Amino acid sequence: MATILDIRNLGKTYRSGGKELAVLTDINFSIEEGAAVSIVGPSGSGKTTLLGLCAGLDRASSGSVELNNIRLDDLSEDQRAQVRNRYVGFIFQNFQLLPTLTALENVMVPLELRGEKNIKNQALDLLDKVGLAHRHHHYPAQLSGGEQQRVSLARAFSNRPKILFADEPTGNLDAETSDKVEKLLFDLNQDAGTTLVLVTHNLDLAAKTQRIIRIKGGHIASDELVNSDQLAGNSYQ
Amino acid sequence: MDIDRTIFKTPLNLPWLLKMAWRDSRRNRSRLFLFVSSIILGIAALVAIYSFGYNLRDDIDNQAKTLLGADLVISSNQVPAPALQKMIDSLGTTRSQERSFASMIYFIKNQGTRLVQVKALAGAYPYYGALETTPTSANQNFRNSRKALVDKTLMLQFNAHVGDSIRIGNLSFAIAGILNKAPGQTGLTSTVAPAVYIPLQYLEQTGLVQKGSRVNYRYYYKFDEGVDAEKLSKAIEPRLDKEGLNQDTIASTKENTGRSFADLTRFLTLVAFIALLLGCIGVASAIHIYMREKVASIAVLRCLGIKAKQAFLIYLIQIVGIGLLGSLIGAALGTLVQRALPAVLGDFLPIEITMATSWAAIGQGVALGVIISLLFALLPLVSVRNISPLNTLRLSLEEVNFRRDPLQWLVYGLIILFVLSFSLLQMENWRQAVYFTGGVLLGFAVLTAVAYGLMWLMRRSIPNSWGYLWRQGFANLYRPNNQTLILLVSIGLGTAFISTLYFVQGILIDRVSLSASGNQPNMVLFDIQTNQRDQVAKMAQQNNLPLLQQVPIVTMRLEEINGRTGVEIKADSTAEIRPWVFNREYRVTYRDTLVDSEKIIEGKWRGTVNSPNDTIYISVAENYADNLNAKIGDRLLFNVQGALIPTVIGSFRKVDWNRVQTNFLVVFPKGVLEEAPQFHVLVTRVPSNQVSARFQQALVRTFPNVSVIDLALILATLDEILGKIAFVIKFMAAFCISTGLVVLIASVLISKYQRIQESVLLRTLGANRRQILTITALEYFFLGALAAATGILLSVAASWALARFSFEAPFNPSLGPPLAVFAIVSLLTVAIGLLNSRSVLIKSPLEILRTEV
Ligand SMILES: Nc1ncnc2c1ncn2[C@@H]1O[C@H](COP(=O)(O)OP(=O)(O)OP(=O)(O)O)[C@@H](O)[C@H]1O
Ligand SMILES: [Mg+2]
Repeated sequence: MATILDIRNLGKTYRSGGKELAVLTDINFSIEEGAAVSIVGPSGSGKTTLLGLCAGLDRASSGSVELNNIRLDDLSEDQRAQVRNRYVGFIFQNFQLLPTLTALENVMVPLELRGEKNIKNQALDLLDKVGLAHRHHHYPAQLSGGEQQRVSLARAFSNRPKILFADEPTGNLDAETSDKVEKLLFDLNQDAGTTLVLVTHNLDLAAKTQRIIRIKGGHIASDELVNSDQLAGNSYQ
Repeated sequence: MDIDRTIFKTPLNLPWLLKMAWRDSRRNRSRLFLFVSSIILGIAALVAIYSFGYNLRDDIDNQAKTLLGADLVISSNQVPAPALQKMIDSLGTTRSQERSFASMIYFIKNQGTRLVQVKALAGAYPYYGALETTPTSANQNFRNSRKALVDKTLMLQFNAHVGDSIRIGNLSFAIAGILNKAPGQTGLTSTVAPAVYIPLQYLEQTGLVQKGSRVNYRYYYKFDEGVDAEKLSKAIEPRLDKEGLNQDTIASTKENTGRSFADLTRFLTLVAFIALLLGCIGVASAIHIYMREKVASIAVLRCLGIKAKQAFLIYLIQIVGIGLLGSLIGAALGTLVQRALPAVLGDFLPIEITMATSWAAIGQGVALGVIISLLFALLPLVSVRNISPLNTLRLSLEEVNFRRDPLQWLVYGLIILFVLSFSLLQMENWRQAVYFTGGVLLGFAVLTAVAYGLMWLMRRSIPNSWGYLWRQGFANLYRPNNQTLILLVSIGLGTAFISTLYFVQGILIDRVSLSASGNQPNMVLFDIQTNQRDQVAKMAQQNNLPLLQQVPIVTMRLEEINGRTGVEIKADSTAEIRPWVFNREYRVTYRDTLVDSEKIIEGKWRGTVNSPNDTIYISVAENYADNLNAKIGDRLLFNVQGALIPTVIGSFRKVDWNRVQTNFLVVFPKGVLEEAPQFHVLVTRVPSNQVSARFQQALVRTFPNVSVIDLALILATLDEILGKIAFVIKFMAAFCISTGLVVLIASVLISKYQRIQESVLLRTLGANRRQILTITALEYFFLGALAAATGILLSVAASWALARFSFEAPFNPSLGPPLAVFAIVSLLTVAIGLLNSRSVLIKSPLEILRTEV
């Protein structure tokens, strides 16, 4: 299988108050197309930073990020935006829907950006998949947290991304709703063959992916495959 | 695998950007509208003034005939020489003539006296337009019998009625009608020199016209169809110029009137432009807050793959949209306001103003509004390009650099360039435009500095012992995203206009009254004939009035300067001599001593000429010397009623003109003019208005040709003129203050969410409604009070400088009016602030949180 994401010697340092803070050092890994990978680690270990770098939201201090064979480090901010629009979906911990657009319009934005036509039905289909077709004309403020997260899921899938990054997609949700969101995530991943990269504190959720990368103090502490036995075992503990 | 580079070449997709701008605005419309509302008033003022200007220009073009009343008017300050008179009498077929002069009239019924402009008329003038009278028939009736038309303000002032009698000189006239309007007259002329028309045939019998009297001769012509008045005027110009006569045609009237009103509308335009600039600063700061709130949304869009330029354009489109909307509303409002302008300016206008909708004005106003709101919105908008998608992960404000974009400097440059080109367009003069732009910048800088200074002082001086409510109310001025500064500047500027007006009014009135206080003169008698001189003096003494000055006056014209005639000098563009020095009539005195209001600053004072062959050294006032561009030793040739008198400038005098007494541009030594035709002036002091009235009645009865000006008349006239100017200035100040108040309303509404949170927090902490209300009221009180104080402080400084350097008068500001302005502005601010915050204040916290999101 082809490699969709390739991270080489990645490092990120922040400068604040004249001091340098190394958040990530010497990160190496690559992800195959269609895989589902989770990134776990204690708070402040650099997971969100890593995800941001992978998705091209930020520039690395050292090393390289190659997404779908495009080296992001070489690109301008606008070019990276185009890459994101083409290949990347992103789900945020705090939903990040556009408050001035309806649910439907939120889902349509990535498609419209590409200049595609007849997108309304596609978007409605996606909303239908997340069970919110009947709420399509509502604004984010009129939706509950779980509903907003589902809309953001639909939006993330709307441009049929090759790779989907999700930062704590269920962090703010109750057990029942987060089950729903998880199921959607994996279903859509399976149906469309989208690569899934999840950041989560929830080990149950992590266990449902095929591979877990552990970050600690800005390093990769472990990077191992999950076998299905363990998965079953974990779920019933 | 090949990299698909084409993905980087996606187009801007304008239709989608428009759609996004529209969608994004949906939930913000009312707020966006609030932002532009602050420019609506500025645009309205501009459109109103532009329309007024355009209509005025058309009206002047259409009514120039009635403005002049004839095709050609020739005027002269002296009886034209016989040869010239012959030419004057040969022009045209239909002629009228008028002699006008200042004289006292006497209302027989109530014994009132007043100095007026008597106009003795023969012929059918005006040929265009009419003398508008009540009753209408009076404008014909008075012409053939001993009847007069009397200005309407005079009629009111002396409570006179049609049919009453007045006396002018030795003759009494029945009032045939009230004169409401005459060609070329404005409300202002009737205040300064109210007119009384009589038939020319009775002029002789009044006994008022004697040798040396100052009479203005005017000849009105109506030409037959096909005669080119302009051509004719050109042909006789050299001759008239040489003899010192003036002429006006319809074209020159158009031009002159047009020019003076262009000045007026230009001034008003610039004031309106300042109101607009204030509004724009309001827009900029509101948009700044708006864009801050949009950071998260823009970051998300960036995450989803939107280009920086596209994000920028979405908001640019929104702002152009609301700028256009605001400008359209402003233009509509301005077209309405325009209807009020004739009422405001009516007293300055010699013509009827039509009130047509001017599309040119509307177009200009709308274009201006869009451009300027865009320019100012660009300031916060350019930073949109810098919003990184990283803001979706963590919103750190340092990431969004709203301040340090180098493009902002470019925008600042553009704004200054725009102000400069706008003022250049108005004034058509580079230097003035640069001064205006610099002045506006400096003005705003000073206002800002004063506002800051006051806030700093206030912060320092609020002691801890003041209750919590006071301190919290004041601290609210510093809340994040506050618009305190722009409010202080805009409301402050309006206040400054109004209080400067009051101060200047005070200074002028004070100056005149002061100059006549103590033992200074306060009454001037003039037009006294040589043979009446001693009798008038005796009469004054009998009334216990002191003879403070008795001055002979000889009228003359200037013929040559250093051997060059006026015609030569006017033709020479390099000569730095003002043309008016040749056109005017000089009233000159002769004496051997200086008076106490003057002193020699250069040259030598020579009081007498002993033999007819001696050089005649005259003394000229220094400001007059400037206009002449003259030096000591220059030769001036005067024409005294036909006799040419060569003189040499012997000295320059500094003259204090601020006195109710006679002062002269030119003073001759004794021994030259004694035998010339002359009249006399007597300066005295009356102890009270009653004495003044009694003395004037007695004087007019015995010496009807003697005219009187007293301080009361000057003060009343000044007061009336200032009142009319004040109205105009207040009208413009109202626009500035209203703009400030609209910015206030906008800023209250913008900070509503913040206020709700504060108020909820305070209530959770146990504050009751009244306490919250008090804090809010105090906040607005501080705001209004600081703004008003800023304005008043500035106007005190400006008025002091005016008093000191321009009027050279003491400045003792009366505190009443500024205190009233202070109170009104503060209370208005509190009222408007509270009115707009009431939903935050009266509802329950939960209710608000649910509805306001
Ligand atoms: N702009 C910045 N300047 C300085 N330090 C930063 C900046 N952004 C992040 N950091 C630091 O980098 C570290 C990693 O942050 P990151 O958000 O990636 O952690 P995380 O693993 O996602 O934590 P959590 O699980 O709590 O979300 C933290 O210590 C954070 O304080
Ligand atoms: Mg995180």
